Amino acid sequence: MDSKSSACSSPNPNPTLGPSKLMLAFRFLRALSLVRRTTPASSRTCRGRRIERAAYASMAYTAGASRAWSRAVLRRLHHRARRRAVAPRRLSTTAGNRAEALRRLVPGGGGMDYCTLLEETADYIKCLSMQVELMQGIVDSASSYGP
Amino acid sequence: MSGSGRRITDEEINELVSKLQSLLPESRRRNTGRASASKLLKETCSYIKSLHREVDGLSDRLSGLMATMDSNSPQADIIRSLLRS
Repeated sequence: MDSKSSACSSPNPNPTLGPSKLMLAFRFLRALSLVRRTTPASSRTCRGRRIERAAYASMAYTAGASRAWSRAVLRRLHHRARRRAVAPRRLSTTAGNRAEALRRLVPGGGGMDYCTLLEETADYIKCLSMQVELMQGIVDSASSYGP
Repeated sequence: MSGSGRRITDEEINELVSKLQSLLPESRRRNTGRASASKLLKETCSYIKSLHREVDGLSDRLSGLMATMDSNSPQADIIRSLLRS
């Protein structure tokens, strides 16, 4: 993901299938295959949860280790044993409580300074919406294959 | 990591906040206009929550579709159609 470009750049009106979208698609589709092969056909809900985890994992792997949010997502996925949604955080006075709600929504948001939080949020939103677009595209394609 | 010693200017914060605004979909951007930073952050939170819900819902739909999907050929077609877009 390109990150440090000008903060005021306008959104791309024609999102083409760039390299990161392609990588995301391949990763996610591969993960979907795996889910299909390894999840018993009877458990639709279980499969749904696995697909959801595959979505966040694909996002995080595609974003790479340079992003705090993607590292936090992968940490969370690999330590799935603790099911608590929000672990108690120690917000230092330097990081402050500004944008508390946002910190809870962006993975890894708790320990960041305000500036970093805003940058991470922007990247997170871009990746999330890319993931949603991908999933919607797959659903649309798959829905058109019907008996 | 926090408190790196670098003084962050108000201008930098404003730039980052306006970048966030540009990432919001059209309908949400209309709600904020020349709004305060705090209103924008609230809208951003709302947007992230809705994206999370979409991932949740689409995962469920994919799960249902998976049950009805055939073996190899449709998947290959899906990949091909995605690559074409």
